[in-house]
Amino acid sequence: MERTGAQIIWECLVHEGVQTVFGYPGGAIMPAYDALLDYPIHHVLVRHEQGAAHMADGYARVSGRVGVAIATSGPGATNLVTGIATAMMDSSPIVCITGQVNSKLIGYDAFQEVDITGITLPITKHNYLVTDVRELTHVLREAFYIARSGRRGPVLVDIAKDVQQALLRDWEYDDRPIQMTGYRPDKSPLTADLQRAAGMIHEAKRPVILAGQGVLLSGAMEELREFAEKTQTPVAMTLLGIGCFPASHPLNLGMMGMHGEAWVNNAIQQSDLLLAMGMRFDDRVTGKLETYATQARKIHFEIDPSEVNKNVRVDSALIGNLRDTLGKLSAHIEACDHADWNDQITDMKGDSAVRDILNLPDNGHLYAAHVLNDLHRHTHGEAVVVSDVGQNQMWAAQYYKHDQPYTYITTGGLGTMGFALPAAIGAKFARPEANVWAIVGDGGFQMTQSELSTAAQEGIKVNIAIINNGYLGMVRQWQEFFFDKRYSATPLRNPDFVKLAEAHSLTGIRVTKRSEVETAVNQAETAEGTVIVEFCVEKEDSVYPMVPNGADLQNMIQRPVRAQEER
Amino acid sequence: MNHTLVALVEDKPGVLNRVASLFRRRAFNIESLTVGHTDRKGISRMTVVVTSSETDAERVTSHLHKLINVIAVTDLAEAPAVMRDLAMIKVTALPTRRSEIMQLVDVFRARIVDVANDSLIIEITGNEEKIESFVDVLRPFGILEMVRTGIVAMARGSSLIPGSNGNGNGNGNGNGNGGH
Ligand SMILES: Cc1ncc(C[n+]2csc(CCOP(=O)(O)OP(=O)(O)O)c2C)c(N)n1
Ligand SMILES: [Mg+2]
Repeated sequence: MERTGAQIIWECLVHEGVQTVFGYPGGAIMPAYDALLDYPIHHVLVRHEQGAAHMADGYARVSGRVGVAIATSGPGATNLVTGIATAMMDSSPIVCITGQVNSKLIGYDAFQEVDITGITLPITKHNYLVTDVRELTHVLREAFYIARSGRRGPVLVDIAKDVQQALLRDWEYDDRPIQMTGYRPDKSPLTADLQRAAGMIHEAKRPVILAGQGVLLSGAMEELREFAEKTQTPVAMTLLGIGCFPASHPLNLGMMGMHGEAWVNNAIQQSDLLLAMGMRFDDRVTGKLETYATQARKIHFEIDPSEVNKNVRVDSALIGNLRDTLGKLSAHIEACDHADWNDQITDMKGDSAVRDILNLPDNGHLYAAHVLNDLHRHTHGEAVVVSDVGQNQMWAAQYYKHDQPYTYITTGGLGTMGFALPAAIGAKFARPEANVWAIVGDGGFQMTQSELSTAAQEGIKVNIAIINNGYLGMVRQWQEFFFDKRYSATPLRNPDFVKLAEAHSLTGIRVTKRSEVETAVNQAETAEGTVIVEFCVEKEDSVYPMVPNGADLQNMIQRPVRAQEER
Repeated sequence: MNHTLVALVEDKPGVLNRVASLFRRRAFNIESLTVGHTDRKGISRMTVVVTSSETDAERVTSHLHKLINVIAVTDLAEAPAVMRDLAMIKVTALPTRRSEIMQLVDVFRARIVDVANDSLIIEITGNEEKIESFVDVLRPFGILEMVRTGIVAMARGSSLIPGSNGNGNGNGNGNGNGGH
């Protein structure tokens, strides 16, 4: 058939099963936008290209399908950068398509020319510059294949304008299997290594599973649960692992790391065997490396060999897709009983429940913990929660309990403020039936609040909970703890968020008391279209417990009991 | 101690940039890096020398593997290998001292490749130590200019590097990201 480069782009996307793309037009991508009108693909017009990348990312994280973002050359492409880096850090499969100036002009500083493949080299899994229309089909096929296989990640395809305009008279979609000599993502552990790991597992007295996003990415939730139950091993989760193991399961410990519960971190510190599954020993998880789990042997289940022995030296590495590895390992595993160890962990909980703000007497103040806890109750724990960055993110992680996978979405590795709203919009497009709640701080919301117009224009429904504490709260907290309460550049004077919703012809609700939370949640859920619920919470509350940056994992700052009595 | 890695890479625009960018991004310290063609079309060969006290060769290897355009990586520390560096040295050679220099050239099995009125260009091939000691003995004569290629290396015996055995079977088993 006769096809232009622009048409080939959409032909390939249709073959990949793409139904929705997020983008913003401009000169160098106009031929593609013109051709788009003839293809059954829904285009969501964003308000800033960063939003497009985050939407593609949110779409990918809840569905496992590759998300697609489109932008023009120059400023359009550079606006994607933060979103691409966010996806890279969290191994999220997205494909970004950018227009590029005419191939004859590349290198001559043409209008809106930017070297986007150069700029994104370290923040993409791979990228391509296409200057020959005959390469376009296989480049796009490879891009999707690379994005979703092995350790997933973002791929950028930069397509010169003349390539989009070029005509191929005898184009056919090439559906032969992809052959890439330099890319073999399918690795698997040796049987001898599996046997050795099984030996270590059987010898362990105090094992802990560290479950990360790899469980979700490989779809190993069932395998993890079977393994944990058979070996009676408690499961701690990373921030991005939340949802990979049911929060209500008796073996669930909850989140580990900087804002994990103290007993979770203490269990890790006292463990004699850590089973790290699809996690990468981030510094937010380990605290000071020299004192991290020194008594424990470590088995690393990991798809990416470059992660092994990167931060923490391990005793055994099982390289491969986690689900496959756990499947193979199960044949070598015998049932274990760790009743003593599990009891010991229960004892470690000590007075932490008493310190929990949920259990303190109601003093008339609205705390974010209440909001998240009540939101969990009134949404029956079934919402897809997309959180931003900062205190709101940690409170969401601590107080909204997830039993289902792919229901807690957040930016872990990069910690990109402004992620939540666009990612929630992307999530809603991937799962239209889901009840999507964005949890966002008053600061972060304003970074990408323009995407409110996108939600309004698309007529989709996401519920936005703004945790308004009048501060860049997490930074304020660090200033309180470590900088003598010198609040440099953290107080915020905010717009009226309710009026902001109304300015978009959307519903806005303000909540100032705990007693109003339930009504507000119900009102938000029944209202048509996107809703903002502004929760005006205690201004100077902090996230507890906390491991100070670079401190030993067991040295946590606990919520002071005394401070509550003073109020 | 130095560690020598050999990588087969696709001969495409930007591949050297990807490798260089990786080294910069991961703060890998590189002693030398050479690139050249292989006997197979479309495939280049890189020899990378890292100082192992500063840079963990295992990390370099696993990150190189991750680059899509890198086909295979081998660590030559795992087997005996031949290492060669080539240097051209332009040295002051007044007629009175020329024979002295030529004797040294003989001893080191180097070659004179250009003769001018008051200087010579000498070519020498060998491992790094040999070249360095040759440079040392030439220094008193006055070195005007010097260039070195950096190390190229090859494992002894049958090929260590999958797919590089010249039989044209690019999809032979074991190439790609194997070895980990
Ligand atoms: C784009 C970006 N800029 C700066 C930061 C640093 N930072 C981390 S948390 C935070 C405060 C966030 O404030 P807010 O959105 O109000 O959330 P809160 O912590 O108050 O819940 C800041 C500035 C960041 N993570 N991302
Ligand atoms: Mg705030």
